[in-house]
Amino acid sequence: MPEQVVSHQDSRETLLFYAVGILFLLVVPLLNVLPAEDSWLHISDFRLNQFGKFLAFAILALGLDLIWGYCGVLSMGQGVFFGFGAYCMGMYLTLQIGKESVYGSELPDFMVWTQVKELPLFWYPFKSFMGGFLGAILVPVLFATIFGFLAFRSRIKGVYFAIITQALAFAAWLVFNRNETRLGGTNGLTDFKQLLGYRLSDPSTQRGLYLITVIALIASYLLCRWIVASRAGKVLIAIRDSESRVTFSGYTPWMFKLFVFVVAAGLAGLAGMLYVPQVGIITPAQIGVLPSLEVVIWVAVGGRGTLIGAILGAVAVNYGRSILTNYFPEAWPFILGGLFVVVVTMFPDGLVGMIRKLTDRKKTPAPLIKAEGSTAA
Amino acid sequence: MGLDRFSQYVLTLVLSAILPISLFSTSTLAADAMSSAASETDSLAGPIEQAFIDIKSDDAALRTQAAAVLIEKGNASLISRLDEIRAEADRSVRQAIKPVIDLLKNHANLTSEQADTRRSAAADLVGTGRVEAITWLEEAAAKEQVWWVKYTMEESAQLIQLRSDEQAVKLSAIKKLGELRSQNGLSALKELLEAGTQSGATEQQRALADSAQTSIGQIDSWGWWAGSIETLFRGISLSSILLIMSLGLAIVFGLMGVINMAHGELMMVGAYATFITQQAFIAWFSPENFDWYFPAALPVAFLSAALFGLVLEATVIRFLYGRLLETLLATWGVSLILMQAARVYFGDLTAVIAPQALRGGAQVMIGVYLPYNRIFIIILSIVCVLGIYFLLFRSNLGVRVRAVTQNRNMSACLGIPTRKVDSYTFAFASGLAGIAGWALTMVGNVDPGLGQNYIVDAFMVVVTGGVGKLAGTIWASLGIGGLNKLIEPASGAVYGKVFILVGVILFLQWRPQGLFAAKGRNADA
Repeated sequence: MPEQVVSHQDSRETLLFYAVGILFLLVVPLLNVLPAEDSWLHISDFRLNQFGKFLAFAILALGLDLIWGYCGVLSMGQGVFFGFGAYCMGMYLTLQIGKESVYGSELPDFMVWTQVKELPLFWYPFKSFMGGFLGAILVPVLFATIFGFLAFRSRIKGVYFAIITQALAFAAWLVFNRNETRLGGTNGLTDFKQLLGYRLSDPSTQRGLYLITVIALIASYLLCRWIVASRAGKVLIAIRDSESRVTFSGYTPWMFKLFVFVVAAGLAGLAGMLYVPQVGIITPAQIGVLPSLEVVIWVAVGGRGTLIGAILGAVAVNYGRSILTNYFPEAWPFILGGLFVVVVTMFPDGLVGMIRKLTDRKKTPAPLIKAEGSTAA
Repeated sequence: MGLDRFSQYVLTLVLSAILPISLFSTSTLAADAMSSAASETDSLAGPIEQAFIDIKSDDAALRTQAAAVLIEKGNASLISRLDEIRAEADRSVRQAIKPVIDLLKNHANLTSEQADTRRSAAADLVGTGRVEAITWLEEAAAKEQVWWVKYTMEESAQLIQLRSDEQAVKLSAIKKLGELRSQNGLSALKELLEAGTQSGATEQQRALADSAQTSIGQIDSWGWWAGSIETLFRGISLSSILLIMSLGLAIVFGLMGVINMAHGELMMVGAYATFITQQAFIAWFSPENFDWYFPAALPVAFLSAALFGLVLEATVIRFLYGRLLETLLATWGVSLILMQAARVYFGDLTAVIAPQALRGGAQVMIGVYLPYNRIFIIILSIVCVLGIYFLLFRSNLGVRVRAVTQNRNMSACLGIPTRKVDSYTFAFASGLAGIAGWALTMVGNVDPGLGQNYIVDAFMVVVTGGVGKLAGTIWASLGIGGLNKLIEPASGAVYGKVFILVGVILFLQWRPQGLFAAKGRNADA
């Protein structure tokens, strides 16, 4: 990335970020509360909840953008870390159901019908909120540390890393689908009732969760920005553009990669944790190969290599999906597949790149991503 | 065989003329010789006709007796008459007739011309548990030429004897079953063992249990070997499928630096091409030519997948050379589109009927049964490897492909049309995927998710084997396919996959570039 455009680009991205931040933090909730129900300005509770979900996805996309857009490491297994976070929070919420469950047992429903008599030991930490909260962050972080250490240290990179992470997503999906892992099998965890004493069915709880998600997103964004702007961030970009040269300059690229991979996993866990109480269900279908790849397409559509692009991409693609699947349920895979092809071949810089082209008509636009080849292993 | 039956037939006729009584035994020898059957029924008219009347009676004892007569003296020519009675009769009569029909049918089938039919008839007779069947089986076994049919007949005879009330017969059956290494007798023997080791067991039961224990030991140790051989076979069979898939992937990856995630869907195209060819044969050709659809589908599958590949290369991949991750994402998009297109157009379940020659399997030793379709796939993969070897290392195109793989720019300078080489190679690799799909129709349903089932494993093979190395791909597919089937029985298919993933990651710790890594200045290119 040429030095002279950085500051220019920074200020514009900041502007865009303020706009997006104000929109989701103030405008959307106010439109939900203030206008009358039948006004065209009104945003229904359902829509607000949906936006909450999209913004949780945006946090997930931020993590992937950090590692893919800035460090050139494509992880096709982000869904797994998202799933870890979601399941940790889901386990806490499941235990909070208590005697309200269908069978009226202290045990979760699926355990009752799969003949489990006692709560498995690894469920115990999730009896408290702190257990669920910490688990949702720490489990993905820990797992990513081990996996990333093994992968990066042996210099698995480029497509090799992508394929290995895809296999990871596939394997995780298989394991979570099993009943004997005591995580609800194919049905996943659902039917949650309350969170810290607040009823989840209450619109005001959902509004609160929405606000928490927006704040978490802003905090994540600032964290990522701080990382990218730091000296370490410059090394990351250097690794993306030419890993060999970074090695020859005396750095150890795999440590930087591992660090950023772990941060991305933590963000994915956070996203999963925020997703569960808002959507009310988590199943293995959310952590397979395809969901992991969808994260990649959000970032690609938004514009990788810009943090705001990840957020825009996640919201735009998901919003488009929620509308299109309403009208043409069968067409969505075609559209998603088409998006992959079109964005990759024609718009490698995504939405943000297009915005830049429009506003930068006089100057020659600087490409966000150097024509690759360096990432080719 | 034909001569045998002819002499049998003459003998029956002569005997029937001279000595009507002897037919009681000879009739069992010539159960499917229909013309002679007619004369037998004539001379047997008395008791059999009586039995036909008795079996319709209301008296249960009379019915049982009639059934016994029919079983002992009847033959297959009675089945149609019995079926007629059965169609009209009430429940109790139907229940009396059912075993008679089963026995007569199986008895006739014991002398059928199809080895498989003879074998399944022998196996089915065990279920009836009738003492008469023992003699039939022994007689049939004495004449049987195919060893594994003979084996089943002997085994079945012993299995029926095991249910006898006499201690001595039981003991000898137990011993024989052990000597036969009978897998089918295992559960019955285990029951005897359990009955004999209980506290209240009689002296006789204990003797049976002792002898059963020895036999079980014999069977188990044999079963372990048989199981290992079958596991090995299944491993090689899975490896062959993976190999055919990965070869195409590896060639494209090595030559063009393209990760083709749609490779599995090109395989699916081949499978659907086979399906369409089958439908065309059903619609336009007579049923006796039906089996020819399968060989006819081979070029169809190859060409249609190659055509898809050619289009894919020209419209998408062309723009992405040198950008590995991008090719991966774009081809993923293509695979999503192809999958959904197949789902919308063909629906979810479409199966291909295997041609006669590939149905069934070969019994190579006791307890080891190798299905023909799997053997076919193994042979096909060997043929594919040889074909690729000759194409790459013994043909003009192969020289160019290897030259471009080694140094694209230099090859272009020397006048090799690299663009053409690229698109032909890609089309060829796609065609290979089509062949893989063609072969896969023999082992499973044709469904839109066909490619997805294998793609992750196939990529594991490519990663483990190293890029662009034929030998690496072969060894890696053997290793991964074999390990998969080795782990599966112990831990289930799911954890098998997890173990493989962990294994691959650990393997890459040791050999980061795969089994056969490119060395020197090509290593990081």
